[in-house]
Amino acid sequence: MGSYVIRRVGAMILMLVAQSIAVFLLFAVLPSNPAALTCGKTCTPQVIKANEVRLGYDKPLYVQYGLFVKGIFVGREYGSGTAAFECPAPCLGYSFNRSENVTDLIKSRLPVTAVEAVGACILWLTGGTLVGILAALKRGRWPDRLSMGTALIGYSFPTFFIGLVIQYLVIFKLRIMAYPSYTPFADDPVAWAKAFILPCITLAVVYAAFYARLTRNQMLDTLGEDYIRTARAKGLSERAVIGRHALRAGLTPIMTAAGLDLAGLLGGVVITEQVFGLPGLGNLALNSVLASDLPVITAVVLVAGAFIILANLVVDLLYAVIDPRVRVG
Amino acid sequence: MSAFLEIEDLKVSFTTEDGVVQAVDGVSLLVAQGRTLAIVGESGSGKSVTSAAIMGLHNRRRTTVTGSIRLDGEEIVTASDGRLRELRGKRMAMIFQDPLSSLHPFYSVGKQLVEAARVHQNLSRSDARSLAVEMLNKVGIPHAEQRADEYPHQLSGGMRQRVMIAMALMNDPELIIADEPTTALDVTVQAQILDLLATLQDELGTAIVLITHDLGVVANTADDVVVMYAGRVVERGSVRDIFYRPQMPYTWGLLSSLPRMDNDRSIRMVPIPGQPPSLINLPTGCVFRPRCEYHQFVPDGRCDTERPALEDVAEGHAIRCHLTQADRARFAAERLFLPTKEGA
Repeated sequence: MGSYVIRRVGAMILMLVAQSIAVFLLFAVLPSNPAALTCGKTCTPQVIKANEVRLGYDKPLYVQYGLFVKGIFVGREYGSGTAAFECPAPCLGYSFNRSENVTDLIKSRLPVTAVEAVGACILWLTGGTLVGILAALKRGRWPDRLSMGTALIGYSFPTFFIGLVIQYLVIFKLRIMAYPSYTPFADDPVAWAKAFILPCITLAVVYAAFYARLTRNQMLDTLGEDYIRTARAKGLSERAVIGRHALRAGLTPIMTAAGLDLAGLLGGVVITEQVFGLPGLGNLALNSVLASDLPVITAVVLVAGAFIILANLVVDLLYAVIDPRVRVG
Repeated sequence: MSAFLEIEDLKVSFTTEDGVVQAVDGVSLLVAQGRTLAIVGESGSGKSVTSAAIMGLHNRRRTTVTGSIRLDGEEIVTASDGRLRELRGKRMAMIFQDPLSSLHPFYSVGKQLVEAARVHQNLSRSDARSLAVEMLNKVGIPHAEQRADEYPHQLSGGMRQRVMIAMALMNDPELIIADEPTTALDVTVQAQILDLLATLQDELGTAIVLITHDLGVVANTADDVVVMYAGRVVERGSVRDIFYRPQMPYTWGLLSSLPRMDNDRSIRMVPIPGQPPSLINLPTGCVFRPRCEYHQFVPDGRCDTERPALEDVAEGHAIRCHLTQADRARFAAERLFLPTKEGA
């Protein structure tokens, strides 16, 4: 087990390095000049040149990458002399559009996205798996057909459509709540929580539909396994057969999928955040793309990728705990 | 000797999209304590369906079972789910074909044995664990104490099947159904497992139903044999009846498709031509008729029009066949190079 963990962690570090190089190169070869974007209409060739020097874009690529990595671990300094300013570790860059350290930007946005993603994940996992298990146990009868039909409709629609429908129904038609506006937790915890209800439900609907189908199929596969027949042949009650034998094996792949989906959402929930006006990472990413704010885009892509890689590691390690066959080899 | 397991006119059918499959049609058999009955037949002959019906492991919603299965006099076909659960694992246990897929991959073998015991016996965890280790010892697993903490994938195929046998024995059942217990194993290991079953049977007096398509296994282990074809018993007798005095063309076919060591090499293995029939729309007449080489010796086309009944040809030996006794003796001798006079 120990060597397995070490190998997996080593592989994860290599993947993070490869990912950062790829992202960095991708944005370095883009035709837009980040230095030119710092001054807008007042730009003169002299100002652009000066900004290039100040931001380090005049140096060769590998030096730029070195500075970038150094910034993440020990922080870095931009410019020199009186115009110099500090970007403390972990420094992911400096946004001249917003005149802010990228790290601070991400720090302020990530919690919003995290609350949204985790809340939705809890909803869809409970809802999706319960419906899926029920459908599998009632296979071919009306609970199965009804739930799977609904699920098919649910995941046939794009997220923004479901989001808008929910918005229309809840806010404008049924008037259950007012259009939520995001309020920081410290200002008003209730208003803060309210802002998350609809985005979480929207995401949960989209994912629960998928998870219900996934769970149903996993459970049906598992219920057909020989060891389930063995469990019945022992004289176990149906509850023990399902609860102890079928769920353990049937839900393990669900955990894998959930870990990766959650990590994917942590990288930014672009559409839902836009529909419901949540200031999360997805909203930051979209606005930065529209403004060609390269340092921010680079950082968001890196953070999103890191979540996926980390989630992969966590899922693999969890798998080894749950499935003894993974531990050896 | 009273029979522990009595099956009378068992019929099992299930509904599929293509129609009603009559998987078992009128099977009757008896197994006494301490005896081994082998059920022999090709895939689809109904032997596994019969065993599932005994254990009550068939899908109850889609399967219709009629007739009678009595376990020590108690009717099983009409028993409630709850009563069946009490009997399963306690008075009758089952050993399956593929021990790797039949053991839960996520639980240690010890845990799975402990669970089997604690369903039916009021045992503490540690007592159940001691019993599990004792059973693993009994089925010949070395270092049973350590092995109990291992997972099925860490054991060899033979060891896994020993674990399955140990699991079946946890509650000291009176009947063990072994469904192709050696099919997934190496030949050398097959013999060990069969020996183990025979030894345990001598010691515990268990009745065994052995389901197999391997006549070699039958010859070594069974007391009585039932040959099944298309859901019916086509020949039934003692192991000596079946091997030395087979009376039914299908049994001849099975025997002559086996390699033989006791004769010279001029005897060829002869496979049975054709395929087993679909169980949805069985032909009228004898179910084996389309594959039978001898039907033209029966006058008036009776093989096409009339289902032969299961009739006794000797004490404890019954067959379904329209051939006359003289014809059967002649063809059996030709086909199998049997001594025409009883010399076995």
